[in-house]
Amino acid sequence: MQRESVIFEKSSPGKKAIDINVESKGKHSIPCTFLRKARADMPQVSEVETVRHFTFLSKLNYGVDDGFYPLGSCTMKYNPKFNEKVANLDGFINAHPYIDDKYIQGPLSIMYELDKQLCEITGMAGFTLQPAAGAHGESTGLLIIKAYHEHNKNYHKNEIIIPDSAHGTNPASATVTGFKAVTVKSNEKGLVDINHLKQLVGKNTAGFMLTNPNTLGLFETQIEEILDIIHSNGGLTYYDGANANAIMEITRPGDMGFDVIHLNLHKTFATPHGGGGPGSGPVGVTKNLLSFLPVPTIQKKDRTYYRFYNVENTIGKVRSFFGNFQVLIKAYAYILMMGQAGLKEASEYAVLNSNYLKKKLGEYYEIPYKNSFSMHEFVISLEKNNKEYNFSALDLAKALIQKGFHPPTIYFPQIVHESCMIEPTETESIETLDFFISQMIDVLEESKNNIDKVKNYPTNTYIRRLNEIEAARNPIVKYIQKED
Amino acid sequence: MSNKYIPNQNKDKKKMLNEIGINSLEELFSRIPDSLKYNANKNSLPSHSEIELEKKFNKLQNDSLSTNKYISFLGAGVYDHFIPAAIDSIVQREEFYTSYTPYQPEISQGTLQAIFEYQTAMCRLTEMDVSNASMYDGSTALLEACKLALSKSKSNKILLSSLLHPEWIEVIKTGLKPLKTEIILLSVDDKTGQIDIEQLRVLMKYHSPAAIAIQSPNFLGIVEDLNVIGKTIKKHKSLFIAVQDPLSLGLLEPAGNLGADIVVGDGQPLGSYQSLGGPHFGYFCTTKKLMRKMPGRIVGQTKDVDGNIGYVLTLQAREQHIRREKASSNICSNHSLNALRAIIYLSLLGKNGLYKISLDCANKSQYLKDKLVETEYFKETYKTFIFREFSIKSKVPISILNEQLIKKGYIGGLNLSKYNNSYKDNWLISVTEKRTYDEIDAFVKEVLRICKENL
Repeated sequence: MQRESVIFEKSSPGKKAIDINVESKGKHSIPCTFLRKARADMPQVSEVETVRHFTFLSKLNYGVDDGFYPLGSCTMKYNPKFNEKVANLDGFINAHPYIDDKYIQGPLSIMYELDKQLCEITGMAGFTLQPAAGAHGESTGLLIIKAYHEHNKNYHKNEIIIPDSAHGTNPASATVTGFKAVTVKSNEKGLVDINHLKQLVGKNTAGFMLTNPNTLGLFETQIEEILDIIHSNGGLTYYDGANANAIMEITRPGDMGFDVIHLNLHKTFATPHGGGGPGSGPVGVTKNLLSFLPVPTIQKKDRTYYRFYNVENTIGKVRSFFGNFQVLIKAYAYILMMGQAGLKEASEYAVLNSNYLKKKLGEYYEIPYKNSFSMHEFVISLEKNNKEYNFSALDLAKALIQKGFHPPTIYFPQIVHESCMIEPTETESIETLDFFISQMIDVLEESKNNIDKVKNYPTNTYIRRLNEIEAARNPIVKYIQKED
Repeated sequence: MSNKYIPNQNKDKKKMLNEIGINSLEELFSRIPDSLKYNANKNSLPSHSEIELEKKFNKLQNDSLSTNKYISFLGAGVYDHFIPAAIDSIVQREEFYTSYTPYQPEISQGTLQAIFEYQTAMCRLTEMDVSNASMYDGSTALLEACKLALSKSKSNKILLSSLLHPEWIEVIKTGLKPLKTEIILLSVDDKTGQIDIEQLRVLMKYHSPAAIAIQSPNFLGIVEDLNVIGKTIKKHKSLFIAVQDPLSLGLLEPAGNLGADIVVGDGQPLGSYQSLGGPHFGYFCTTKKLMRKMPGRIVGQTKDVDGNIGYVLTLQAREQHIRREKASSNICSNHSLNALRAIIYLSLLGKNGLYKISLDCANKSQYLKDKLVETEYFKETYKTFIFREFSIKSKVPISILNEQLIKKGYIGGLNLSKYNNSYKDNWLISVTEKRTYDEIDAFVKEVLRICKENL
């Protein structure tokens, strides 16, 4: 049974939402053999039916504007409506990328100034705004690292060292850029095991990737020593900016010693996630890597902005045109509104909110690395609960859905079993946090008293637990009309 | 308080610090080494009020050229198409744009079902078996298609049409460099402006590449003979990757019917604003055989515990968060919101509207081409039939034409001299359904006036 059918099922011949009149004044000269034999089978529906259908669908979603969204490592902070407004202004959305520089000074200045803002925030020397996402930024940054080593004729440098706690995109990005991913262990404190790192590093080390604070929300206090080890072996260091929300205007990856970084504008800089995208993953580099950036870069001379293509050792292009311009506008507006003081406050309150939750929930849930200094997010483990009475991280997530929340991130990072990563962000009130705590306590109680009921959650949603195994075994990835 | 998006006040801060057992916010950051603490210069990033910024952004947007204010004939990969109002009003609903990737399907059926419908629409448009949930843009979708082909082949060679969008060729070169791929460019047939099929036959035989990628309509707006190309490729083991503008598929034969293994393209014409080049989206469709090798996210249909039909992200074992260094692609996100715009667009246009708009673009482009070419100032670059774009050689330098046209409220076509010396003084003009015949006639009149004045 399906309550809301797919749009194709609502189709009825002759229905239409658009009025188009094709005058016969002009006539193309395409021979019929090159034309479709039958019109593409798109739905035939009215505007009101289309709008109702997608409006209904929208209400099945849960957005940040609906409530608490503590997804660890995603930074689901509030998306300011002002940013949406300015990003949709006529002169921005209706501008073509191939118009001469002199006519699009407004948009070019936005990109130039955003680059400068990001340099100030991160301590890097220059950015490319091309990458469309964090993973895209990672592969771009790794291509720069590769180009640097090849430029210096160090072709043997083909290994990238990555912590076992890293997000899957890190080793995947290393592989797709032709490197070999080498894993370094985390120690009992949840930090990079420096002794293991010393064993792994060598003449083949091209680079090292790290998130700081790391994916457990812990600040790598020995960061300077770690980066030194890599640098002294001729490697370059890459900062995964996924957790930058913890450190804005407090410390900077450039100052820590990173050579290449990426930022996630859709996390740290409050641009919306869009149900999966579009985001933006700008990549920043140190001064001696500027010549490797993708083209064009945006430059300024005597108050005039222009596209610059003569970047000496450029790696080329990582996508068409400039980047996700509309997303860039939103981040630019956010940084202008916040300023240094606002960004610093954001990080301070992100870390405060997280530590508050950690303290309170630590009295009820198991928190590995409890006494370690954690920042904007923390991880709880349901390993014991699962072993003792079958209450897993997945069950916790579904129970929270039952309670009306979007659950935290589950099963990441891999190094903690039955992990549940909580990141409240700064845009949540203490009232929301206290309510969340009370509900987390309720759920735990219920799981101990009535695990069968809890394993049945959610029961109050449009759809209940779905058979993902069957979906993968027999994939149905499009609607197929049943023959009558 | 400088950050108005933080609901907590001083009293809340004090309460939380107390609960944690510390006295100040600084203590939270005490373990960051002092040498790394940043002492910001307070003036380098000042904060601003909403009122100030409203004025600033209005000024910035005026320092730009909008196709709402200028009549545009500029295409070359990004087009001034009609975007129905209903799209914005649906997509601006917070449930669609503030939500995350649908990893918790019980509360994400909106996004999941919409993307399932998008996948269905793309399959019908291209006549392919399966589609993924969208990619960043057309160029990266093509890059992923090439990588897929290389992963399945003993060959490290790729044949690319030299009439692919020039920026896409750059992206492919950059992306395939670490894999030490040999990229061979197929040249243009001087007579037709299509790729040289004879050369294709020879190169295929000689190189046995992993794949061949052909764009149709190509960068010059000319329709390629994908039927002959498909048959040629079929005789060898190489994968046939077709790049097709999705709107053109309202009129033109889709490569799915011509033997393509993978069909990709850029989705901007399906309801996304030009927006200085992004965000748009790339689409990726393939055969059932290659489904499990497809990069990116895929939405699948399944049932819940009550037997109700629902949707989930599926085949995730292909993806980076599970396969890590063994992943064949590092793609994590899709361009969900732009794919949503596309399915709404296709639903609003419908079967007949899509055909009509596509037909209108083709008719109007041919009309303008004929009008310009029948004058003494222009010659067609190639005779071959076009879809929504054409290239003509001009007696007057394009830079002069474009410069003068702007003063009269027109945005002229692309100056092809920038891309290739063989296309000096060639003008790439695009006509979409938004142009009326009156606008086109007025444009011709203005162009002729400028020509007369400058010769």
